[in-house]
Amino acid sequence: MYDFAYHKPATVADAVKLLADPDAKAISGGHTLIPALKHRLNKPSAVVDLSGIAEMKGIKRVGNAIVIGALTRHVEVATSAEVKAAIPALAYLASHIGDVQVRNRGTLGGSVSNNDPAADYPAAVLGLGATIHTSKRKIAADDFFQGMFTTALEQDEILTAIEFPIPEKAGYAKMKNPASRYVMAGVFVAKTGGAVRVAVNGAGPCVFRQADMEKALAANWSADAVAGVKQSADGLNGDIHGSAEYRAHLVGVMAKRAIAAAG
Amino acid sequence: MNVAAPFEGIGASVRRKEDFRFLQGRGAYTDDFNRQGQLYAWIVRSPHAHARIKGVDTSAASRMPGVVAVFTGADMAKDNVGGLPCGWQIHNKDGSPMAEPPHPVLAVDKVRHVGDPVAVAIAATRQQARDAAEAVGVDYEVLPAAVSMDAALKAGAPQVHDGAPGNLCYDWHIGDKAVVDAAFASAAKVVKLDLVNNRLIPNAMEPRAALGEFDPTTGDYTLHTTSQNPHVIRLLMGANVLHIPESKLRVVAPDVGGGFGSKIYHYAEEAIVTWSAGKLARPVKWTADRTESFMSDAHGRDHVSHTELALDADGKFLGLRVSTLANMGAYLSTFAPCVPTYLYATLLAGVYTTPVIYCEVKAVFTNTVPVDAYRGAGRPEATFLLERLMDVAALETGIDRVELRRRNFIPTDAFPYQTPVALQYDSGNYHATLDQALKASDWAGFEARRAEAAKRGKLRGIGISTYLEACGIAPSAVVGSLGARAGLYEVGTIRVHPTGSVTVLTGAHSHGQGHETTFCQLVADKLGVPVAQVDIVHGDTAKVPFGMGTYGSRSLAVGGSAMMKAMDKIIAKGKRIAAHLMEADVDDIEFERGIFRVAGTDKTKALVDISVAAYVPHNYPIEELEPGLEETAFYDPKNFTYPGGCHIAEVEICPETGKVSMVNFTAVDDVGRVINPMIVEGQVQGGIAQGIGQALLETCVYDADGQLLSGSMMDYTMPRADDLAPVSVATHTTLCTHNPLGVKGCGEVGAIGSPPAVINAVVDALRDYGVRTLDMPATPSKIWGIINGGRRMAAE
Repeated sequence: MYDFAYHKPATVADAVKLLADPDAKAISGGHTLIPALKHRLNKPSAVVDLSGIAEMKGIKRVGNAIVIGALTRHVEVATSAEVKAAIPALAYLASHIGDVQVRNRGTLGGSVSNNDPAADYPAAVLGLGATIHTSKRKIAADDFFQGMFTTALEQDEILTAIEFPIPEKAGYAKMKNPASRYVMAGVFVAKTGGAVRVAVNGAGPCVFRQADMEKALAANWSADAVAGVKQSADGLNGDIHGSAEYRAHLVGVMAKRAIAAAG
Repeated sequence: MNVAAPFEGIGASVRRKEDFRFLQGRGAYTDDFNRQGQLYAWIVRSPHAHARIKGVDTSAASRMPGVVAVFTGADMAKDNVGGLPCGWQIHNKDGSPMAEPPHPVLAVDKVRHVGDPVAVAIAATRQQARDAAEAVGVDYEVLPAAVSMDAALKAGAPQVHDGAPGNLCYDWHIGDKAVVDAAFASAAKVVKLDLVNNRLIPNAMEPRAALGEFDPTTGDYTLHTTSQNPHVIRLLMGANVLHIPESKLRVVAPDVGGGFGSKIYHYAEEAIVTWSAGKLARPVKWTADRTESFMSDAHGRDHVSHTELALDADGKFLGLRVSTLANMGAYLSTFAPCVPTYLYATLLAGVYTTPVIYCEVKAVFTNTVPVDAYRGAGRPEATFLLERLMDVAALETGIDRVELRRRNFIPTDAFPYQTPVALQYDSGNYHATLDQALKASDWAGFEARRAEAAKRGKLRGIGISTYLEACGIAPSAVVGSLGARAGLYEVGTIRVHPTGSVTVLTGAHSHGQGHETTFCQLVADKLGVPVAQVDIVHGDTAKVPFGMGTYGSRSLAVGGSAMMKAMDKIIAKGKRIAAHLMEADVDDIEFERGIFRVAGTDKTKALVDISVAAYVPHNYPIEELEPGLEETAFYDPKNFTYPGGCHIAEVEICPETGKVSMVNFTAVDDVGRVINPMIVEGQVQGGIAQGIGQALLETCVYDADGQLLSGSMMDYTMPRADDLAPVSVATHTTLCTHNPLGVKGCGEVGAIGSPPAVINAVVDALRDYGVRTLDMPATPSKIWGIINGGRRMAAE
């Protein structure tokens, strides 16, 4: 990697100041940035290590929502009694991210801020209709994910926590890329306050909602209901591991499995 | 109290001695060696598959912090550095030699694959060397690339080498075509099959590394390198590349973390660090990162074949015709030309009595990484072809696939058996390994398991492969007549120390095989010295006599045999010393497991009594016998060895996603006499893991421009534990008849026997979809395409 300055602020305010430098990068678990640095694909002037900011940690229930600090590691979400009781699908999703080492280092905020199309968490955030808390505002999930590796976050804006409404039902299923084991196609389904949301990750350049499946499930919450919904391959990803058509097909399969998991 | 020592000889599962240091992180690998004043090299590599080098500007790089030197191919040429040599010459059908274009250490006029070395930056730290390498300005004129073999063979294709017109390295054949054609003309049935043997990237756990040193006082060079055969590297690099006398060049291969063939070859980086160390009179180290490994370690396999089998009305094979294209990559790696010829076509008889065989092989240059031997080397390609062909033939003749194989097996009483493709098999019992595997896998009960799986919505299939390989490489005179530029004997020295412990020097090299245990067991068995008192020295040309290294499952069959011969000499000398000490006739001395006895008496001397006498020769037949107790033997095998057996794979396919899951794997292998059953089981399991990797997961993909798409673990699917199945490994032994141990070799059988078993199982699972050809790897998307296409066909 190239040389860079290293900062470890203790507060969100200090971190925001350091990130005013457009060439500075925030780091949390480091599972995306560190490999990029090692491959010299990224040359930040400074790396701002958020791990010392206590206010960005922890899991708590607030009313009818679970609020999870951005620095919370995947393993903590996966094993949290609070999350398991309120949104078991979210704990399940976290327990299946990467491998043990990834789950012990990677964080919710890091994953969601990065918005890798093949990451797991964006599907839960969009599927549950979560609210993103940042250093300056709250952003609805529908407005947050804007494209491949692109979010509504501004350069000096830090994702501090995510507020997940507690659903009546939710489920997640994914097909892993055989090589990387990232998501090749995943579906998160949730019924929250009577409204159905279906979020698809892995298959396209950015996590997206599957409106036809949402309509079908709103009328009839069952795997059969989505069986008749055809996911278009237009705009989906194709690579050496699978075509867009294959991914479109997998969206249907994973939707059925997610519904089955949700019960 | 006198407790009997546990048996540690031949047949005992002695725990691996080397694991104590490996498990404690105390192994000493090439990158662990650091020298005072050491510099670091970073290689500038081509980002293009094919380009003319119009200029290399090192001026900015040379001025960067910490940089000591930046060298180019022109600098090496000024020093008369030679090209990387090829160790095997194949001849064309017309008798002319193969095209053998130069392979410069650093590219001079042209780069020919992504990753081709162009320059080297040498600096005080690795980071500084890398910074400088990035600052080297190479002016490339990008040329169209010949990436696939198809494209490379087309008229007007871009030429990889001027000296290889049409990108053809050689056009070789074996067998009498007219005789084979006649057999086909009389056949009741001809079965045809097209196959691809997918290109693999070896991915040893330890990336390659090299540390060059030069002593200006003595003029001695030392190279530490990740090699399977340090003497071969010393010979090739000393004689062909750097022109250093072998007496002035020491090559050390310390602990090496896996090779699978990829660390046999002499690579550019070894010459670069050794030469640079001499130029700069400072140690120079290079260590590959994983990205470099993908684009600079020799790849494996990469065949495209058309094959035809002629059968009579009873399903007996009448003849086999094979036409193969084999990818050489951009340059000839050390042993590349022999892989698709003498390690491949000679195996096409397999375990069958096919009376006549013809095979032609075109080797093709492409703008890709060089391709060379990878675990099994040629034999997996032959086995995959044959065993897929067996299943297609069974399908098309309506003869049960097991019965068809059985009907054509070489009978158990037919050994020695001369095949029509040069090899003479010494021993085997293919019916026995088949029967044992059928039983162990409950082949007969499979249909019930298929039905049960169907209830769960899964497609279950079972597949079989009855394979054979040739290893214990190799009789020197035979391979010499076939174009090898090396002998393939092995050396062993047994040094019995004065107080009775033993050091074994061997030319074989262990990079995972467990030699430090298995070889000790030979000594324990033969000389009665406890394993704890035997040490193995290998991998250092300054310590070990000239040996040929480890590949082709040869270490025990060839290296172990050399040790046995050396121990015979120790015993013979020991008997003479014992006879003197016990005042008996030497012919009356018997030796068994460490004890010399005067036959029919209770007069004995232990080995330690003999060794003491040999090194402190106060009471010694000094007039007729030299002091000391150390013997060296070179063993040149009389023949290859022929392990074989039966592999049975069972898979389940999820029809919704196309994902193939291994659910069971049974291997029954005849590896000859087993020295350490635990190590054999581990070797076979590892080979099967690689075979399953090839069958279901791994494949090297280039795009049309020659960029490596599967250039990292993100896109190249290495097998993980959960990709594998419970593997049951058993052995059925027939002894090799021509080496003193009766051993055949176990390093490659897993990777050779398993891929067709797995693919045959997948095809069996898909039997309702009319699958005839299925190229590896059977990825989920590929299988889904078949299932999806099948459904469409059914609907139409």
